[in-house]
Amino acid sequence: MSITRDEVAHLARLSRLALTDAELDHFAGQLDQIIGAVARVQEVAAEGIPPMTHAVPVANVFRDDVEVPCLTPEQALSGAPAAEQSRFRVPRILTED
Amino acid sequence: MTDLAHLVPYEEALSRYEPVIGLETHVELGTTTKMFCGCPTTFGLEPNSAVCPVCLGLPGSLPVANRTAIEYTIRIGLALNCSIATWCRFARKNYFYPDMPKDFQISQYDEPLCTDGWLDVVVEGRTVRVGIERVHLEEDTGKSLHMGGATGRIHGAEYSLVDYNRAGIPLVEVVTKPVAGTGELAPETARLYVTELRDLLRSLGVSDVRMEEGSLRCDVNVSLAPPGAAEWGTRTETKNVNSLRSVERSVRFEIERQAAVLDAGQKVVQETRHFHEDNGTTTAGRSKEEAQDYRYFPEPDLVPVAPDRDWVEQIRASLPELPAARRDRLQAEWGLSGLEMTQLQNAGALDLIGATVAAGASPPDARKWWMGELARHANATGTELTELAITPAQVARVSTLVRAGTINDKLARQVLDGVLAGEGDPDAVVAARGLAIVSDDAALTEAVDAAIAANPDIAAKIRDGKTAAVGALVGAVMKATRGRADASRARELILERMS
Amino acid sequence: MAAGDAPTGSELTRLSAAEIAAAVASGDVSAVEVTQAHLDRIVAVDPDVHAFLHVAGIGALAAAEGVDRKRAAGEPLGPLAGVPLALKDVMTTADMPTTCGSKILEGWRPPYDATVTKRLRAAGVVILGKTNMDEFAMGSSTENSAYGPSHNPWDLTRIPGGSSGGSSAAVAAYEAPLAIGTDTGGSIRQPAAVCGIVGMKPTYGGSSRYGLVAFASSLDTPGPLARTVLDAALLHEVMSGHDPCDSTSVDAPVPPVVAAARHADVSGLRVGVVTEFSGGGSQTGVQARFTEAVELLESLGAKVVEVSCPHFTYALPAYYLIAPSECSSNLARFDAMRYGLRVGDDGVRSADEVMALTREAGFGPEVKRRIMLGTYALSSGYYDAYYGKAQQVRTRITQDFEAAFEQVDVLVSPTTPTTAFPLGERADDPMAMYLADLFTIPSDLAGNAAISVPCGLAPEDGLPVGLQIMAPALADDRAYRVAAAVEAALEQRWGGPLLAQAKELREQAGETR
Repeated sequence: MSITRDEVAHLARLSRLALTDAELDHFAGQLDQIIGAVARVQEVAAEGIPPMTHAVPVANVFRDDVEVPCLTPEQALSGAPAAEQSRFRVPRILTED
Repeated sequence: MTDLAHLVPYEEALSRYEPVIGLETHVELGTTTKMFCGCPTTFGLEPNSAVCPVCLGLPGSLPVANRTAIEYTIRIGLALNCSIATWCRFARKNYFYPDMPKDFQISQYDEPLCTDGWLDVVVEGRTVRVGIERVHLEEDTGKSLHMGGATGRIHGAEYSLVDYNRAGIPLVEVVTKPVAGTGELAPETARLYVTELRDLLRSLGVSDVRMEEGSLRCDVNVSLAPPGAAEWGTRTETKNVNSLRSVERSVRFEIERQAAVLDAGQKVVQETRHFHEDNGTTTAGRSKEEAQDYRYFPEPDLVPVAPDRDWVEQIRASLPELPAARRDRLQAEWGLSGLEMTQLQNAGALDLIGATVAAGASPPDARKWWMGELARHANATGTELTELAITPAQVARVSTLVRAGTINDKLARQVLDGVLAGEGDPDAVVAARGLAIVSDDAALTEAVDAAIAANPDIAAKIRDGKTAAVGALVGAVMKATRGRADASRARELILERMS
Repeated sequence: MAAGDAPTGSELTRLSAAEIAAAVASGDVSAVEVTQAHLDRIVAVDPDVHAFLHVAGIGALAAAEGVDRKRAAGEPLGPLAGVPLALKDVMTTADMPTTCGSKILEGWRPPYDATVTKRLRAAGVVILGKTNMDEFAMGSSTENSAYGPSHNPWDLTRIPGGSSGGSSAAVAAYEAPLAIGTDTGGSIRQPAAVCGIVGMKPTYGGSSRYGLVAFASSLDTPGPLARTVLDAALLHEVMSGHDPCDSTSVDAPVPPVVAAARHADVSGLRVGVVTEFSGGGSQTGVQARFTEAVELLESLGAKVVEVSCPHFTYALPAYYLIAPSECSSNLARFDAMRYGLRVGDDGVRSADEVMALTREAGFGPEVKRRIMLGTYALSSGYYDAYYGKAQQVRTRITQDFEAAFEQVDVLVSPTTPTTAFPLGERADDPMAMYLADLFTIPSDLAGNAAISVPCGLAPEDGLPVGLQIMAPALADDRAYRVAAAVEAALEQRWGGPLLAQAKELREQAGETR
């Protein structure tokens, strides 16, 4: 399994990373090497082996539907790069959700 | 863009194609707090005042699932005749969007909480069983204001302002299986399905199901194929259709539009479309540069949900009478035909009549007033019955006044008008307008004598034995008393005077 | 120490946490004196060590005063009241910046405290500041910090390990007797090993992740670093326990780790040497010290057997699929919309463009690599072959542990294959860097408990070697018991702690920050 520069460019777009051309070249080589190495997991016989998604085998952890104090709008917006009308100001959005 | 000239007239479209519809309905649950944190779900709070590190997606914060939201979802699943998962997980749906604080949505992917159920919908007297594919639980996003553009819409805006108060509110998604075979009734079926689902959710007490506030929203899928085709056609998904009427209109429009595309020998593009309330059309959503790849994987910050069977059975036992069962019961109790019942339901009068009966009116009376005078009033003013400024208790009181002979039907209409005009309770309107029937002989005799005196010809005819002419004198008495006279007593008095 | 013979100034920085707590509790020293001594030490040596990203002198002294007031008022003090601590900059603090070693969070002040932070404050532990780390805990050397690397106090030209390298360096340089680290693939144990101190990765879920800025959610575990096993256990006990804000937190009592650390006895204990980790692959001196440590355990009465864990050799590839996958999702939120860096917002560019430019400018190369690797592993079409398969391997590794723990009470291995390598040596060679976590990753994948305790110096470079002791999930106390026994026996052999063999750092004159 190897990864092409185009695939790395696709991954960068999916990951919202505006990589430079030099970075693309550099990362393509490194990712190819890493993916080659991690593909070793495919050597392990795993038929019928359940995937392990959690380290602790626990289920049903819930909270009660009870209100707890919120942040104030000032606290919520304290780290905002830009704010207006008690809201987070963000650059224009091109696509509908 | 859709060229409105390129639509196939509805009946014509249906003559060549069979529509298949599917609905994905999002319901904001009416829990006190959000899905994964203790912030309130209250509507209309100051922007960003109902947020905390968790629903704001601050680095380091972690979700903990709201037990009541899980319970409500199971309630919905049971009411929709679904199987409840014995073990399932939340998953992360990864995509970048400014109103989504973590840039992933905690949702459920291949392990929904409820699967494989159904909901019966009565369409034009026929029961259509709509299959339910799944009911799953996820979190809502924040809301954006688009600033600087001319329209306040996303396109042309210069920047946006985001409020995360709605972010993290529990959102249940009810997904139907494809519904085929409804033909020309497809748009109506879609609307009635959403109506039935809304009524069901309301009766379950799990949501306030207000489409206008966005607590119930629909994505509508439509595809067309020639009758008898081996495979269904390519479907489009019209997003965020926000009223019952729009559900119906969007299906109808897509049928007309897709028929035109197919007639032209072209292929329907599988895409997301947006519905426009103003002109009833749909347009293609702006195509994304990259195909979406949501990279779902099990949410590692939450542990699996494995609803205990005893818990599920407790929830099942606590389900209220569901709308369909209630309709069957009321139909029997009220002695109505199926069609009459459907009329009540379509008029949104079922609860009103039920409440009016509960307040003391007989079922036929309650039905008569709501479906008669009040329905006319609603129609004339372009409002819903539920929005009229009159309560079931007030209608019941009017009915009681008629039964007691205090007023007659004609006067009752004036009383209803008075109540609707804000003149107070029925008794107050009767008093203020002086609408009580006049039945004391002294007052009536005066009117009778006046009527005889004013109509000597008619009086003569009566004296000659033509008693059918009495009606004309009674009419004159009624007119003189502005309808308040007790008509039968007036008749008796006239005949006494003539004998 | 005798009354009237209370330690002063720099002597205070040489005390263990247990000794400091006792001295504060008895009134021999004030918490303020202890804190000031450590702040002075930081001023003197941190320009060379660069363990701290932020020193909170005023806040630390205020917290210390609070402890002294409580003592004066006769209120009960916790077992670590008045003891200074260095907090990894991945834990949120409402009164200090939290950067995770990343430009993208430069200057970010969280509006809330992590659960661990809260518990430390409640216990009267004095937080001196925030320590350097590999960006978002991704790395084994601190060279991935956006704020420059930390230096190993044993040899300033070498790495202090990572990602909790600021924490390990601070403890080894006597800037703090205690530090908090987080372990995802070895990020507590490996830096502890290469700095010659003790580092413990508790059972996953034993310590709360609430307020720990996530790297890989199913692996991240906060834990203690200290110069002695007992100190580590004391901190472990204070910081741990069930947290309702963390769904994956274990709802069970904290294992009796302090008692275990005081019960340094391994007689009759069954110790398994992991076959797959005891052959070649390690530096000669590391292997030699490890072999000695195993012999030592045997001489202390432990029964040593070799145990094969055949899937451990797949732990590294599985880890480098699972951790990047989770990280690609966890780090998506750094999108320039709500907090942190924003680049390129010129009023014309779209939100998407600003996100991409910000993430490009704000993340370092290792973070970008892992985000893309994880995005790849989760992509439709690749999921089953990579992420899915890695999860199955994770099950296999856990099964290997289960089988092993049927035969033995603990497993041992070297903590990391080499001693501290020179700064820059592996900086742009990710595969070489990843090997540092070869032996530590299995316990992260299985979620069990593992500790690193110093076991000597490699003869060829004179640098510390760590012994890793792995115990079953929730048997954290067992790891402490073995570590304490090894520590006691070796310190007797050495005539003092290993750290005493490190040459003194040059102290610079300067003002307390």
